[in-house]
Amino acid sequence: MEILMCIVAGLLFAAAVYLMLSKSLLRIIVGTGLLSHGTHLMLLTMGGLKTGAAPVLGEHAASYTDPVPQALILTAIVISFGVTALFLVIAYRAYQELGTDNMDQLKGTEADD
Amino acid sequence: MSLLHWAILAPFIMASFVPFVRKKAAAIHTGWFVLILPVVLFVSFLQYLPVTMNNGSIMQTAAWIPSLGIDFTAYVDGLSLLFVLLITGIGALVVLYSIYYLSKTKESLQHFYVYLLMFMGAMLGVVLSDNVITLYMFWELTSISSFLLIAYWFDRDRSRYGALKSMLITVFGGLMMLGGFLILSIMGDTFSIRELAAQAPELNNHPLFLLAMILILLGAFTKSAQFPFYIWLPDAMEAPTPVSAYLHSATMVKAGIYLVARFSPIFAFSGYWFWIVGAVGLFTMVWASFNAIKQTDLKGILAFSTVSQLGLIMSLLGAGSAALHFDSLDDNLYTAAVIAAVFHLINHATFKGSLFMVTGIIDHETGTRDIRRLGGLMSLMPITFTLSVIGAFSMAGLPPFNGFLSKEMFLLSMVQLAELNLFNLETWGLLFPVLAWIGSVFTFIYSMIIVFKVFGGKFQPEKLEKKPHEAPVGMLISPIVLAALVIIFGLFPNLLSYSLIQPAAAAIVPSIIPNGSQLDVHISFWHGFTTELMMTIGVVVIGMILYKFLPKWIGMYDYFPGRVTLNKLYNASLYTAERGSHSLTKSYMTGFIRSYLVYIFAFFIAILGFTIWVKDAFRFDSSNTASIGFYEVGLLIALLIATATILMAKSRLTSIISLGAVGYSVSLFFVIFRAPDLALTQLVIETVSTALFLLCFYHLPKLSRHEEKRRFQIGNAVIAAGVGLIVALIGISAHSTKLFPSINEYYIENTHTKAGGENMVNVILVDFRGFDTLFEISVLSVAALGIYGLIKLRLEKGGEQNENE
Repeated sequence: MEILMCIVAGLLFAAAVYLMLSKSLLRIIVGTGLLSHGTHLMLLTMGGLKTGAAPVLGEHAASYTDPVPQALILTAIVISFGVTALFLVIAYRAYQELGTDNMDQLKGTEADD
Repeated sequence: MSLLHWAILAPFIMASFVPFVRKKAAAIHTGWFVLILPVVLFVSFLQYLPVTMNNGSIMQTAAWIPSLGIDFTAYVDGLSLLFVLLITGIGALVVLYSIYYLSKTKESLQHFYVYLLMFMGAMLGVVLSDNVITLYMFWELTSISSFLLIAYWFDRDRSRYGALKSMLITVFGGLMMLGGFLILSIMGDTFSIRELAAQAPELNNHPLFLLAMILILLGAFTKSAQFPFYIWLPDAMEAPTPVSAYLHSATMVKAGIYLVARFSPIFAFSGYWFWIVGAVGLFTMVWASFNAIKQTDLKGILAFSTVSQLGLIMSLLGAGSAALHFDSLDDNLYTAAVIAAVFHLINHATFKGSLFMVTGIIDHETGTRDIRRLGGLMSLMPITFTLSVIGAFSMAGLPPFNGFLSKEMFLLSMVQLAELNLFNLETWGLLFPVLAWIGSVFTFIYSMIIVFKVFGGKFQPEKLEKKPHEAPVGMLISPIVLAALVIIFGLFPNLLSYSLIQPAAAAIVPSIIPNGSQLDVHISFWHGFTTELMMTIGVVVIGMILYKFLPKWIGMYDYFPGRVTLNKLYNASLYTAERGSHSLTKSYMTGFIRSYLVYIFAFFIAILGFTIWVKDAFRFDSSNTASIGFYEVGLLIALLIATATILMAKSRLTSIISLGAVGYSVSLFFVIFRAPDLALTQLVIETVSTALFLLCFYHLPKLSRHEEKRRFQIGNAVIAAGVGLIVALIGISAHSTKLFPSINEYYIENTHTKAGGENMVNVILVDFRGFDTLFEISVLSVAALGIYGLIKLRLEKGGEQNENE
């Protein structure tokens, strides 16, 4: 299962990178979203997917899944959400002010500096 | 800090007072105040003469960075003292001359004297330092102050060009020299020159010896304007004439000579040293004297003549290193070369200083330095004429001036080299006297040009801006003193033999002097009819003939070096370097974010892929994995389909919805893999994110993608696939190599007992690892504030109202 998950995470990464290399600002942001999904899945996979009870003591199970990666992922989800929200607003503002979301046009020229 | 240290620092201290003096005592020329210092220093350094005459030395150490072994060590021996006296003596004369040369009202004197004093202090530091790092510091200070002085009239293009050129070349050499110093001090494990010299034999066999030598020589050659680094010196002539007289004839350009002389005890035993120093010096001498003839600017001639004379001294120092290969002192002919070098060093400082000052006077009184416009000044400026005759004839090597003696000694040394049977001199040795003789002929010709083109011939008042007349007395004092020295040293050369020359020569070649004895320095005026006298007569005769027919053959210069000069090479290389780096930067700094991402990802792929390959890091081990379940596979397929949809999507709505689908499948994964908190958070956040996307939906562009060239698409796909592959490979390898067990046992055991909670993830977040959570909260707050600010603050475009409000 872990091997399969690694491959899926790799595919997510590939899709994210492909999106990030495109011209459209929206696609770049969507790409970053995919990238964080890939990362979270990878984190979870690295912690081991051995089945056990959910990490809640009330279950009284013999074994639990590893709680540490879950805590890490939870932190990462919140941070990437904050960053994505900010990106989105920046993109929105940039589009509003500049009238384009084409990254090729959003290029400083030498005359500007 | 001893008195010696304060003497080195005195010019710097004085310099800090100069602007104050200039402001408070504007009625008096600032130079008068400055003049006191070099005079005092000159007199106070005279007291060391008795010490050095007995081959003694004085060393004073002041701690600077003791933990690194870098100390401000001042060391006085014969060689240092000779230079100190030159620096302070000629410094005093130059300051005196500048008082009459620079106008009190028109020029910004405070700058001039600050720079000049800075230079003087730096130069004293160079010649008195025993620690190579301190020496280097002062060395660079001379470069900097020289740069400032050359560009004194900074509103002129040519001044700035000359200053930049000299800066680039001398600083290049200085940095090379620093490298040489560091290698040398690593080899000898000390920064002290004296301690390094003491272990010279061991250093000679060190594998880095040659490298250190070449680097240090680069420093010396650039500073002393040796071939091919001499090109900065003619352009440095844009400086005020007192500066040219002081820096570019008497002191700074001799710093390289000093360096070669100072490091002779360490390097001179090597045959490379002999060949490099000797041959470069001699070639420079011939080449520069040849080029001096075609110059039409008086200072240009003097600049090339300085280069040539420096080459002469350098070649003598090279030749002097041969002395080390003969043990017995009595028949050691080659120490004569060192003595000649020291003697000519003094002589050159005197006559070249006076010649520069004379040029300054001519410039000052006629308004031009162009020899084509000058002529017939003999009767108008008799004193100046006399001075230039003394200086130029001494430079040409005519009796009874001091230049004659040192030229004789130079020719003698070169003749003796031809008879030496070391370093392959059997085959090439004859070149030395022949080249030296040819160089001397050229020297004779340009010396004659200086005198007779300016003072002889027809007077052409219509070409001059001012009506020429004799210079004021104050301006003439300094050149008169120097010219007097030229004659005195010429008639009574032994005045200097044991006071200055012998101690200096002994410092250059210490190893050949048995304890307690002294080098036999006796400069006799009349040797009898020797080879070198015949050569001198030949120089005069041939030189006269060539000078007479100068207009006939001066035209050959037009054919010859014009096209390919070192200046052209220098300019072209600067131009190419600038162009090259500009187009290089332009080629990769495209301004497109895509390009930079491509660099980053390509580097990521390359470096990680390379590491995996080289370290053979890929592992595949499926024994430790969980079994593949039905639901998981189904979810994975859904996830991949959603991802593919995003890639294919033409409209923004499809992308947003598909991203949402990916997010929800991820949260379903969390459910399957038993992470309830994650699933909850992921669900909520994915919903909020999608809502945010949709909120912006109205304002976002209609199309989700722009048309791209096929080439880019393929490139992107390759890079994306590469990144994905690397990530997957690393994931699999990492999972297959578990090195130690997880620490999760601790949390599972202590969640309830120590933290009093049931939900392990939550307890980790707020208890075991609460700090992460604190700053994650800060991240959210900053993001919220940022968003608020972005929406609310509209500062640009002149208060244009936000249409969303």
